[in-house]
Amino acid sequence: MLLAADAELADFGKLMIYTAMVVYALAFIAYITEWIFGSRSRVSRTATALTAQGAGATGKGAGDAAADADTADADTDGHDADGADGDSGTADEAPRGPAVTVRKGGTAKVLERPKVVTRSSTPSRDHLPDGPGASGGDGQGDLYGRVAISLTTLAFLLHFGGVITRAIAVGRAPWANMFEFSTAFSAVAVLGFLGFLAAGRKVRWIGLPLVTTVLLDLGLAVTVLHTESDQLPPALQSVWLWIHVGLAIICGAMFYLGMVATVAFLFRDRYESKLAAGGTPGRFASSVLERMPTSVSLDKFAYRINAAIFPLWTFTIIAGAIWAENAWGRYWGWDPKEVWSLITWLGYAAYLHARATAGWRGRKAAYLAIAAFICFLINYYGVNLFANSLHSYSGV
Amino acid sequence: MSEHTDPTSAGPDGRDESAEATDDASRLSTAPRTDAEREAAARRGGAAAGGDPAGAGSFGGIREPGLRGGLTWTGREAVGWARWIWRQLTSMRVALILLFLLALATVPGSLIPQEGASPVAAAELRENNPTLASVYDRLQLFDVYSSVWFSAIYLLLFASLIGCILPRAWQFVGQLRGRPPRAPRRLDRMPAYTTWRTEAAPREALVEAERLLRRSRFRVDGSGVPASEDAGAAGGSVAAEKGYLREAGNLVFHVALVVMLIAFAAGALYRSEGGKLVTVGSGFTNTLTQYDDFSSGTLFDVDDLERFTFDLDEFHADFVREGPDLGSARDFRADITYWRDGDTEGTEASVRVNHPLHIGDAKVYLLGHGFAPRVTLVDGQGEVAFSGPVPFIPQDNALSSTGVVKVTDYVGPDGEPDQMAFQGFFNPTFALTAERGPHSTFPDPDFPALTLNAYHGNLGLDSGIPQNVYQLDTRYMEQLTDEDGEPLRINLLPGEEWELPDDRGTLTFEGFDRWATFQVSSSAGNGWALIGAVGAVGGLAASLLIQRRRLWVRATTGADGVTVVEMASLGRSESARVPEELAELALALQPAAPMLPEADASGSDEAEPDAVRPGESDESDGPDEPDEADGPDERAGGDRSDVAGASDRGPGPVPSGDGEGRPGTRSASGTGTAGQPPGGADAEPDDTTPGAATDPEAAPGSRSEDLKE
Ligand code: HEM
Repeated sequence: MLLAADAELADFGKLMIYTAMVVYALAFIAYITEWIFGSRSRVSRTATALTAQGAGATGKGAGDAAADADTADADTDGHDADGADGDSGTADEAPRGPAVTVRKGGTAKVLERPKVVTRSSTPSRDHLPDGPGASGGDGQGDLYGRVAISLTTLAFLLHFGGVITRAIAVGRAPWANMFEFSTAFSAVAVLGFLGFLAAGRKVRWIGLPLVTTVLLDLGLAVTVLHTESDQLPPALQSVWLWIHVGLAIICGAMFYLGMVATVAFLFRDRYESKLAAGGTPGRFASSVLERMPTSVSLDKFAYRINAAIFPLWTFTIIAGAIWAENAWGRYWGWDPKEVWSLITWLGYAAYLHARATAGWRGRKAAYLAIAAFICFLINYYGVNLFANSLHSYSGV
Repeated sequence: MSEHTDPTSAGPDGRDESAEATDDASRLSTAPRTDAEREAAARRGGAAAGGDPAGAGSFGGIREPGLRGGLTWTGREAVGWARWIWRQLTSMRVALILLFLLALATVPGSLIPQEGASPVAAAELRENNPTLASVYDRLQLFDVYSSVWFSAIYLLLFASLIGCILPRAWQFVGQLRGRPPRAPRRLDRMPAYTTWRTEAAPREALVEAERLLRRSRFRVDGSGVPASEDAGAAGGSVAAEKGYLREAGNLVFHVALVVMLIAFAAGALYRSEGGKLVTVGSGFTNTLTQYDDFSSGTLFDVDDLERFTFDLDEFHADFVREGPDLGSARDFRADITYWRDGDTEGTEASVRVNHPLHIGDAKVYLLGHGFAPRVTLVDGQGEVAFSGPVPFIPQDNALSSTGVVKVTDYVGPDGEPDQMAFQGFFNPTFALTAERGPHSTFPDPDFPALTLNAYHGNLGLDSGIPQNVYQLDTRYMEQLTDEDGEPLRINLLPGEEWELPDDRGTLTFEGFDRWATFQVSSSAGNGWALIGAVGAVGGLAASLLIQRRRLWVRATTGADGVTVVEMASLGRSESARVPEELAELALALQPAAPMLPEADASGSDEAEPDAVRPGESDESDGPDEPDEADGPDERAGGDRSDVAGASDRGPGPVPSGDGEGRPGTRSASGTGTAGQPPGGADAEPDDTTPGAATDPEAAPGSRSEDLKE
């Protein structure tokens, strides 16, 4: 039961969520603008690199092409290239900015260190340069991109604040019904995204799809799933609520990011294959996909997320089993929620095995990963809303 | 499916390392044999002339005439096929398919009501849709998780799993006892490679490298380091390996799965579980006869039931009285006193949801609660025919409850024995509306009322068919009516009496008690299941987060008399850390083998922005992805690697996954199939291109590949 002060706090938390939604919407517009401005630059480094490779009898040619591309990368990455932003992205070819010189100078200093050459296990596409990101190296686009990130950060702070406020107001874990679960879920997804950015990963392209789904998710949360409920049914009163559900939220949010990367991988992979086979992808596809990381990078990124989260997901299920043992006297009862957790788990296990099995790597493994994530969603929405389950705490 | 003819489908590496085994594998997979072989066989064994495939076995050899020949042939065939099936079963591909199948097979159980989990819904479906239900029954869809087909899938999977771990464990032990593999001839083919020239002598560099690697907790094989300065002029190499915990973790994980399966099985065989409704003030003794319902595993012995009794002293329920959650429960607590076998004094304890009570091996769970109105019936002769609490069953969250009072020892006003029943509702907070009739609006007894109809006649209890105590069979009973023939219905407040018509006696609603339902269960194998689970998580984390990698350092005297140091490392799976680690070690080696400036280095070399250098790597890439944008172009600088780069890329016009020397590896991406194998990788059989895998030991990065192809 809420005291008056707590009720006020809860309302304040909700206000923060609504404000966050507005800011997310602004960020959404900024991302779109970034992509639009980015489409002005017509880089086609992938094709260049692939063609160079095709023609590359000497290997030197390909090397040069890729080196060009890498240079461009250094420019547009936004980490180090002082002053590079202004001049890059105006030409049709891969932009060369003053950053090259800067780096040359820098390189000269460290020349006494040996240089490491790397090759990955998929050498055919190894040398493909990652796309420059949504802004496509366009100065204005990049500016909007930065604005979008700032807005996303602001929105996240509001969003996260809303979740925390809720937790304080109701005096328990802020994920006891679907409304709360959804809000917490998208907050963690955005946190993961910002974390990757802060760690220097080139994931800015995720911003647009992520913010879109966050808006959808929050919209759903405050309308369909909304409930004023602040109670915790006795069945949920346990530390395992913190552990089990908290972990499930983290796993789901990270799996989601992995899934976005996997979907992007599928598109980008098709694009590269088409180019490699000498085809010409549509203009829109070229424009968008050219700015994305390579299929190799995307696949790697998705794999690393999924592989790192899988043990955590395993632990989540085990924590749930321990909780069930405490609450109902059996750790496994084939309840729909348990069943779908297991299916999700098996799906990701199949994905990990597929990555290690010849003939399944690449696209087929990617399909498995997506199927596994869909199972996660079914477990969340489907079972909560429709199944006759002991776990139906949707509050709807 | 292609694996039937895939000559390398033999399964995980190590299982077929010997040449004989490989040969065997290809032999097995060519069953039935080629025409030429068959012809040759047919010529030898005259009986099978005409190309009759029965004459020649799938596994070599011909069928000699006579019984002995037949037996040998049959034996050979049987063994051959058995081995072939085993190989298939334990291949990664089949494991993957089984995993996938298991996931699919798990689905129907969540869509169709299961006999075990939701018997009521299952019974409903049976009643409403008998045709469908009979189909379901035939397919065991009401009991998916114990069905033959479900069990078959997971048992096959676990057979595959065991067949997979045994050889792997064996091989792993071998690796632990052996030495890290020697440096391959061409280090520049490794996923991460670096080289520099130095004035230090080869031996100096190598000794330092060995020390450095040991200090970094590598397992090091220094046998390639020249023993003395004189012998060291030509140079040598150091081999090192680290991250064995990855493999160990993987094994632990898979073994833990087996442990968990066994624990589940034991749990299912030895478990027992029973339910009991206890009214406040009464008790329960843990024997079979006292249970309302009881089920146990096939190997459970009822004599093993933990001996104890308990009394339910009090039951507390706390509900929200305002706000959006009005009426929802906040807390339930049953206060009990229990006695174990031989106890003279009881122990007080409370049982709450999520907080079961452990008594010996048994656990007592609080499952539900409700109200039991206390009624007293005085019969037509003025005798008390019935008195006591009767549990009513809640129908909704406000605890509107229904129930039946059955009275067998009733004597009518005419002195004839009769039976009576009262059926109706108990509502803790009574309300009456036109739509809903009598119901409850709040789960606490704020305004408790009992609403009853009355029947007399035959309860049907002597029919021998067990009856549900909460339901009334009115077939042989007659409802009491008022003068107009309308069924009688009365609402009673606690303490109120109901004078039954025709001098049939009085019913008094004395008050009410609360009751609680308990589940008493004993389980087996929980400890093992937990150990398995913890092992699985730990093993999984080790296996997915730790990188197994090999590292080699070679120092040789070049043509111009200057020492050339080469370092290379190879991770088992693509890893960001491996090149970084190499860079750091190379840097750490600098004091002992300082780098000579590259006199002939071209400008383009220096302009490479993406080479990994310690401390610099995160400038353009994330710290974890130094290898992302690096292409073979990197090696354009050094003349030696230039050659490698060129041959590597190959002459083929189509970029393909075949750089790994395994056609079709990435066929799914549409690039692997068309490509012609690039020259470099295939041209040199002793090459250790990652994945080239001519020798599984030398190309650990391809472990997964060679296993599963
Ligand atoms: C109950 C069934 C199984 C489950 C849930 C399961 C799960 C997993 C998981 C999650 C991994 C990822 C760990 C890693 O990549 O290192 C893995 C790896 C592996 N599993 Fe299984 N597994 C099962 C059965 C099998 C079977 C039957 C085989 C044998 C054919 C097998 C062979 C392997 C191998 C060789 C790896 C290592 C792959 C690599 O390191 O890339 N597993 N398993």
